[in-house]
Amino acid sequence: MRTLITPLATLRDRGRAMSVPQKLATAAAGAAAAALGATALEVRRRVADSDASPGSGIDLVRSVVARMTTPLLPDDYLHMINPLWSARELRGKVVEVRPETHDAATLVITPGWGFQASYQPGQYVGIGVSLDGKWHWRSYSISSAPDRAARGRGTITITVKAMPEGFMSEHLVRGLAPGTIVRLALPQGDFVLPDPPPAKLLFWTGGSGITPVMSMLRTLHRRGTMPDVVHIHAAPNRGQAIFRDERVALAGTHPTLRLVENFDDEHGILDVSKLEAACPDWRDRQTWVCGPAPMLEAAERHWESAGLGQALHLERFSAALTASAEGGHVVFAKSGREADLDGATTILEAGEAAGITMPFGCRMGICHTCVIPLKKGMVKDLRNGAEYQENQGVQTCVTAAAGDCVLEI
Amino acid sequence: MTVMQKKAENPVAHLSARDIEDLGLELDAIRAQVIASRGEHDAAYIRRVIDAQRKLDLASRAVLLFSLFPPAWALGTAGLSVAKILENMEIGHNIMHGQWDWMRDPKIHSTTWEWDNASPADMWKHSHNELHHTYTNVIGKDNDLGYGIMRVDEDQRWMPFYLGQPLWNFINACLFEYGIAAYDLEIAKNWAGRKDNAEFQRQRKAVLGKIRKQMTKDYLVHPLLSGPSALTTLGANLTANLVRNLWTHSVIMCGHFPEGVQTFAKKSIEGETRGEWYLRQMLGSANISGGKLTHLMTGNLSFQIEHHLYPDLPSNRYAEIAPKVQELFERYGLTYVTGSLPRQVGSAWKKVIRLSLPNGFLANLKSARRPVRVAAPAADASGAGRPFMERIAA
Repeated sequence: MRTLITPLATLRDRGRAMSVPQKLATAAAGAAAAALGATALEVRRRVADSDASPGSGIDLVRSVVARMTTPLLPDDYLHMINPLWSARELRGKVVEVRPETHDAATLVITPGWGFQASYQPGQYVGIGVSLDGKWHWRSYSISSAPDRAARGRGTITITVKAMPEGFMSEHLVRGLAPGTIVRLALPQGDFVLPDPPPAKLLFWTGGSGITPVMSMLRTLHRRGTMPDVVHIHAAPNRGQAIFRDERVALAGTHPTLRLVENFDDEHGILDVSKLEAACPDWRDRQTWVCGPAPMLEAAERHWESAGLGQALHLERFSAALTASAEGGHVVFAKSGREADLDGATTILEAGEAAGITMPFGCRMGICHTCVIPLKKGMVKDLRNGAEYQENQGVQTCVTAAAGDCVLEI
Repeated sequence: MTVMQKKAENPVAHLSARDIEDLGLELDAIRAQVIASRGEHDAAYIRRVIDAQRKLDLASRAVLLFSLFPPAWALGTAGLSVAKILENMEIGHNIMHGQWDWMRDPKIHSTTWEWDNASPADMWKHSHNELHHTYTNVIGKDNDLGYGIMRVDEDQRWMPFYLGQPLWNFINACLFEYGIAAYDLEIAKNWAGRKDNAEFQRQRKAVLGKIRKQMTKDYLVHPLLSGPSALTTLGANLTANLVRNLWTHSVIMCGHFPEGVQTFAKKSIEGETRGEWYLRQMLGSANISGGKLTHLMTGNLSFQIEHHLYPDLPSNRYAEIAPKVQELFERYGLTYVTGSLPRQVGSAWKKVIRLSLPNGFLANLKSARRPVRVAAPAADASGAGRPFMERIAA
């Protein structure tokens, strides 16, 4: 299981950065007072915003046909024929589950309507899977290279490592049958390879942190313009090194790609001093680092102390929401419910447990459907420890009480 | 019937405060069992019902494209009526109650669902989930009791206006979806100047917008698509909406109107405990007996008692917990009011007619043919609620 930490700035900018189909999805998930009214408006906005003309024709037809189907949308009937024919929510079909190592597998997914094939290498995607009747959402980096030529008919891949006690990652690796329909959230994240790429790059990855970098390597390979790349990858042993054959083959094909492998069982843990030895000119390179938290912290310290923080790009992931708040007595003002919470329980889970109909969407801090005004007190973002004071909307799905607080629901 | 607290024979007089709390705990345990066992089987059920309803709706509308031919008209109208009933009851009503929120499916969710009905989902959820389900059968608090236009209890003062209530009730049944929208709008409260006008105008716009869309679909777009069959399709859609209105009205009348269902005084619910809340739901609701089809077509409101005890448990599980609930009724010496659909509808209508007349009017007529009961039950001080003749005799 991995949960990606998104920098706060990205959260704030999300409204602007969010693509229009995602706004559609968010609108659909939000309180829909007049379902058709709201959606028709979104469709018009989408038509106005979109420069992709083939889409606007379809949208127009859809809004006309919606007159026949209100309060439902044409998509609600269309996806009865083909589950991927729905722009009201992003869906995907798992077409293949390919084992990579004994505890990691790659899911090949055909996305449905509304999915952008033009994601950037390094971005991650939200995936929702129904397990025993209940939908569960997680984020995973896309490991495939974007294929614009496929014009939306291509596939994407995510690569998942089964984590101990991570029931979702376990299910994705071992329990997902080809043909399963999953829900998707649009690709996002700013841990991306710029286009054109810098002349000299360093990739430093650990374990399943290889996945976003694999998308970057594949993209560079596809374009046939491999710059000067050093890729240092750390894995417990040879057998657990994901994509090893492909990476070795890539290094063979491109003389400008140098692969350095560190197997903890053979070579011991890779630390910063070893890194210096493996890549002496690290100061001259734009660097992308993805792996376990201690590795990221070490990299951050090392680059900061050299005054090179600008050249470092980090992708954080951890086994769970790690930060913990102190907890407190939470009052849900409108519904008159109260609860004493620990610092690890999200406000969303607490509200649901108290019998309140809480709004929610992705349940992982992406869609902002769950935002509720915080009237008093403070909550803490469990992804990064950011604290939010009273009199602002807070994302209940990723925040916990930091002291007593009052929420307006 | 009269508010329970004023009855000569209080049906809960034999229960101590302790008994009532114990009853509450037992009911909590039944709830916990269902919650712990919700899973794929239940999720598959609601997805299946939604899928079948949409197919039936599509197929019926397709058949109605040829509604000029009487057999096509009959088949299409019947199918569309059933589809609309399913959509409103087993699907819409129950999803908007939050019965399926646990699936965390953003589409099959109480916050996003919209239904084929004049009342917009938000407004209906407020008046139904927050008011009716909280203040069930509390006179003056629960608008579902008589919808503000009918006398539903002996304690309500009789006025000549109520003479027409069988007619009002019938008109309300025919136009039920608009009746619900009107009372979700709280029109009467607005007239009395007790409602924020800006809020009322916003809601009025929402309702009219929704009605316009529903009417455009049923009375304009689909008839036009039928070409030469336009008029007959229009008639079919009108009929299907009428059938849906009459059916839902009947089922809902059966939930709280039949004889034997208790009503409660406003004061009686002050400081109500969880156990007492459960007890009020048990005594304020009535079931409809029948087979699987009856349960499906009533949106499992045939298990009105179970639904009122657990409004947010998945409807497909009410049948399974009903015997346990019934066993509790027996053990605690309470009356589980149930009967067949025709019997309960008849009982509810009889009450509407009886209460359109002053208290005891019918009893008065009957007493001409039957001797007055000599051993009257112990009356309370006011004597309210006892048949007119008995009070005269006393």
